[in-house]
Amino acid sequence: MAEKVKVRITVNGVEHTDEVEPRQLLVHYLRETLGLTGTHVGCDTSQCGACVVHVDGQAVKSCTMFTVQAEGSEVTTIEGLGEVGRLHPVQEGFWEMHGLQCGFCTPGMIMAAADLLNKNPHPTEAEIRHALEGNLCRCTGYHNIVRAVQYAAEKMAGRSPVGAAAQD
Amino acid sequence: MADKMMGKAMKRVEDPRFITGSGNYTDDMQMAGMVHAAMVRSPYAHAKIRGIRAEAALAVPGVLAVITGQEMKDAGVNGIPTGWLHPGIKLPPHYAITFDKVRHMGEIVAAVVAETRQIAEDAAALVEVDYEPLEAVTIGSKALEAGAPQLHAEAPGNLCFTWSIGNKDEVDALFAQAHKTVRLQIRNNRLVPSAMEPRASLAQYAKATGEFTLWTTSQNPHIHRLLIAAFILGIPEHKLRVIAPDVGGGFGSKIYQYPEEIIVLYAAKKLGRPVKWTARRSESFVTDSHGRDHETVAEMAVDEGGKITALRVDTVANMGAYLTTFAPAVPTYLYGTLLAGCYKTQKIYCHVTAPFTNTVPVDAYRGAGRPEATYLLERLADTMAHELGMDPAEFRRRNFIQPDEFPYQTPVALVYDSGNYEAALDKALEMAGYKALRQKQEELRKQGRYIGIGLASYLEACGLAPSALVGSLGAQAGQWESALVRVMPTGKVEVFTGTHSHGQGHETAFAQVVADELQVPVEDVVLIHGDTGRMPYGWGSYGSRSAPTGLSAIVMASRKIVDKAKRIAAHLLEAAPEDIEHADGQFRVKGVPDRSKSFFDIALMAHLAHNYPADLEPGLEATHFYDPKNFVFPFGTHIAVVEVDPQTGKVKLQSYTCVDDCGPLINPMIAEGQVHGGIAQGLGQALLEEAVYDESGSLVTANFLEYTLPRADDLVQINVGHTVTPCPHNPLGIKGIGEAGTIASTAAVANAVIDALRPFGVVHLDMPYTPEKVWRAIQAARRMPQAAD
Repeated sequence: MAEKVKVRITVNGVEHTDEVEPRQLLVHYLRETLGLTGTHVGCDTSQCGACVVHVDGQAVKSCTMFTVQAEGSEVTTIEGLGEVGRLHPVQEGFWEMHGLQCGFCTPGMIMAAADLLNKNPHPTEAEIRHALEGNLCRCTGYHNIVRAVQYAAEKMAGRSPVGAAAQD
Repeated sequence: MADKMMGKAMKRVEDPRFITGSGNYTDDMQMAGMVHAAMVRSPYAHAKIRGIRAEAALAVPGVLAVITGQEMKDAGVNGIPTGWLHPGIKLPPHYAITFDKVRHMGEIVAAVVAETRQIAEDAAALVEVDYEPLEAVTIGSKALEAGAPQLHAEAPGNLCFTWSIGNKDEVDALFAQAHKTVRLQIRNNRLVPSAMEPRASLAQYAKATGEFTLWTTSQNPHIHRLLIAAFILGIPEHKLRVIAPDVGGGFGSKIYQYPEEIIVLYAAKKLGRPVKWTARRSESFVTDSHGRDHETVAEMAVDEGGKITALRVDTVANMGAYLTTFAPAVPTYLYGTLLAGCYKTQKIYCHVTAPFTNTVPVDAYRGAGRPEATYLLERLADTMAHELGMDPAEFRRRNFIQPDEFPYQTPVALVYDSGNYEAALDKALEMAGYKALRQKQEELRKQGRYIGIGLASYLEACGLAPSALVGSLGAQAGQWESALVRVMPTGKVEVFTGTHSHGQGHETAFAQVVADELQVPVEDVVLIHGDTGRMPYGWGSYGSRSAPTGLSAIVMASRKIVDKAKRIAAHLLEAAPEDIEHADGQFRVKGVPDRSKSFFDIALMAHLAHNYPADLEPGLEATHFYDPKNFVFPFGTHIAVVEVDPQTGKVKLQSYTCVDDCGPLINPMIAEGQVHGGIAQGLGQALLEEAVYDESGSLVTANFLEYTLPRADDLVQINVGHTVTPCPHNPLGIKGIGEAGTIASTAAVANAVIDALRPFGVVHLDMPYTPEKVWRAIQAARRMPQAAD
C-alpha cells in the first residue's frame, strides 16, 4: 500500500488535517474519515451525482476527485449548506415542493441545484433540466425536483413562492 | 379539533433529515471493531469451479478470512429458498456462495473479510479461481431448445415450471369464429431496477447471548428474519433481529433474500466482529434481481361489433439462474390474472413457460407482472383499433366493464370489486385535449413532422389478499398486515407497522390518518417501521400493499383505541359507554357537551389506572392483524404524446397526461409524487432501458453509462388527474398507487411511438425505442437501401 499523504482541507468551515491514502476519493474522505455521511455514493462511474459537493464554490462529483486534490480547498457538503431552522432556499424548495422521496439522491441533487442558481439565478425549466442531467433520481420523475428549484429561485430573488402543501 | 388531515397535501415529516444529509442508510453506519467484506464474483456466466486458491489473498496484511461456499455448506448453512411454489416446480439449490458451478456473471464464489474495504477489495482480486468455462444461454426460448447448455441437474431442459390459466379449447373456438384477429410477437425488455442506494448489509454477533443483528437494505425485514432463521442459518428466530433503516428506494429489488446478507452474518459470527458489505454499482447490476424479460405471442379476437371475444397468450418468462423470493408468482398470478384489464373479454387463455438461464435472477420489479400484462393488452388494443379503423379511445370505451357490472368475475380468476373506467378515460381525454391533438397530428404530418398519441387504460390488482387465497395459489407467506398503536401517558402516539417506507412517505401519510382516527394533532403521532425488534410481525412493502393492507391494520387498531378510550371516559364521566361520543378531539357525553374528557385525560388515566373501570385492563394500546377480503383494483387512463424525428430516430416526450383512481387520496402531494416517479420508470422501459447480454453471457449494459436511466431532460411536467372510486371492502376505501404509473406509462409511451411511426407502415417494434432502432425501422419501412448495412 502506498504511503499516506498529509492533507489540509476546510470542510463546512472547519479546517481538518489528516493522513490519507493517495488513492482515496474525496467522497470516502468525507464519509469515512470525517463521518459526513450526507454525501452519498450511488455508482462507480461518476454517472449518478449522489456525491456532489462544492469545492471552492463549484459543484463537483466527489467520486471524481482524490482527497489529495482537495488540498487547501474549501469544501461544502450538504451538512454545511443549511440546517433545520436555517435552511438554504434549495433545501427549503425540496421540502416544500416534495422534491424527494427516498432521499438518497437528494443531497447531491440539492448541491447541484444550488450551484446552478449560483451561476444562473433565473433558469428556465429547460435550463434546470439540463443542469441536473448529471444527477439521477429514480423516485420522483424529476417533476417536483424542477418545481423545487423554481421555488428556490423565487425565494432567492426575494419573492415568496407558495409550497405544494399550501397550494392544495 | 384541527381539520381532517386525510386528503391534505401535508409536507413530509421525513424530509428534514434527508435535505440536511442526516438520513441513516445502512452504509452510513460505523461500529467499533467493524470490518469489511468484498465478494469474489464470477466473470463467467457459466463455468465449473475446479479449485479456489486463497493463499495470496490471505497473505495481504489486514485480511482476516477468505470464505468459500464449501466452508459455509460444511458449517451447515443451507441454500436460499423461494417463497412461491407451483405444482411441479423445480427447485435447484441456491447457495449464498456457490461451490460447484457458477450460473451467472457476478455470482459469488468467495468472500474476503478485511480490516478495511480497500484491503478486502484488493485481496478479493488475488483470490485465484480455476474455472472451466461452459457454454452459456441467456435467452429464455433458447434455453428451452434441445441441446441448450444445462444449468441445473434438478431441472432437465432448464425447465423450472409451466403454468396456464383459462380453457384453451374454448379460446381456440372463439378465435375460429372471430370477425377479426390480431397477433403480436412481443419481447418485454429485461430491466435493472436501479434504486439509487446500492444494497448494503451490516451484521453483528453477540457471542455471550448468541444474538445476531442485521442492518440491511430491505423492504420487508420480517421476511428476511424468517428465511434466514428458519431456513438458511437454522438459528432460533428470536436470536436474529433485522433492521431496515433508511432505505434509498427499492422498486422490488430490496424484497429478496440475497446471498450477501447470509455471508456477513456468517462472517460476523466466525470473526466475532461486525461485518459490513456495500455493493458497488457494478455489483448491483449483476446481483440485484432484474425485472420483466418475457418473450410472448399475444393474440386478440373481436366480433363484428368490435368487442373483444378472446385473448390467447403464450409467454416464455426468463427466471434467470436461480429462483429468488417471489419469482414464480410474477409471470403467473400477477400476470395471467391481469389479462382481462378493464375489458369484458369473454375468454382468455394464457400459457407460461419459465426456464432457467445464465442470467441474473428475475423477480418482481415495480408493477411485477402487471406492467407486462398491461403492455401486451394495450398494444393489442391499439393494434386492433387500427385494424378496425376505429379510434383507440373508442375501441377501449366499447369494451370497458361498466360501473353497474361490479362485482365483476373475470375469465382469469379475479373478481373486481369496483371501477369506473370510462370516467377515467373521459377525464384523461379532456385533460389531454385529445381531439385537438388528433387534429394537430394530422396537420403536422402534412409538414413532415410525426407526433404520436398513445393511450393506455390499465387496471391493477394490488394488495394481494386474502391470505388463504394466496396460500392456495402457492404463496409461502401470509398477506395480512399488522399494526400496533401505542398511546403514551402524555397522549403522544407511537404507531408500529409491518410495512416499510423507502420513499413512499408513510411516516407522513399514515400519521395523517391516525391523527384523524384518534383526533389528535398530527405532530403527536410517530410512525415506526423497519425493525423486527420493535414491531409486531409484518410482511413488508411491495405490490402496493402498504396503504390498502398496512394502513387498514393501523386504522382498525386505532379504532380499538377509541373504543377503549370511550369506556374509560364513560367511567370518568359516570355515563354509559354507548352514550360517549368522540368528537372535536374530546370524549363527551352525548347531548351534554360540557361534560367531556380530552384525549390526554384518557391517556393519562389509562396509565395511572387510579380512577378506572374495574373490568378494564390498564394501558392504552392496541394491535390489529388485518387480512383483506380481496385485492384492491386501482385503474386509470394515461395519454402520452411523443414526437419522432425521422432523420435521427430520436423520440421526444411532448406531454403526458394521467388520470388514476386509487380511491380517496391520503396525501395528494405524495400520491402524485408516486405517480410521477412511476411514469418515469415506465417511460424508461419504453425509451431507454434494456439489460443486454452478449452470447457469452456477459452483461453488456452493466453500469449507468450503458444502461440508461431517465434523466431530467427526458421528462416533462406531468399533467395529473384523479377520479375517486372507493374500494368497498377496506375501512378507508383506499387502493395502492405506488405502481400505477409504471404499469400504465410503458404501454402509453409505446403506443405513442408506434402511433407516430404509423405513416411509415411500422406496426410494431420491441422496446426500448432507441434512436437507432426507430431510425432502422423507418429506413426498413421506406425500403431504403441504407437500411441494411
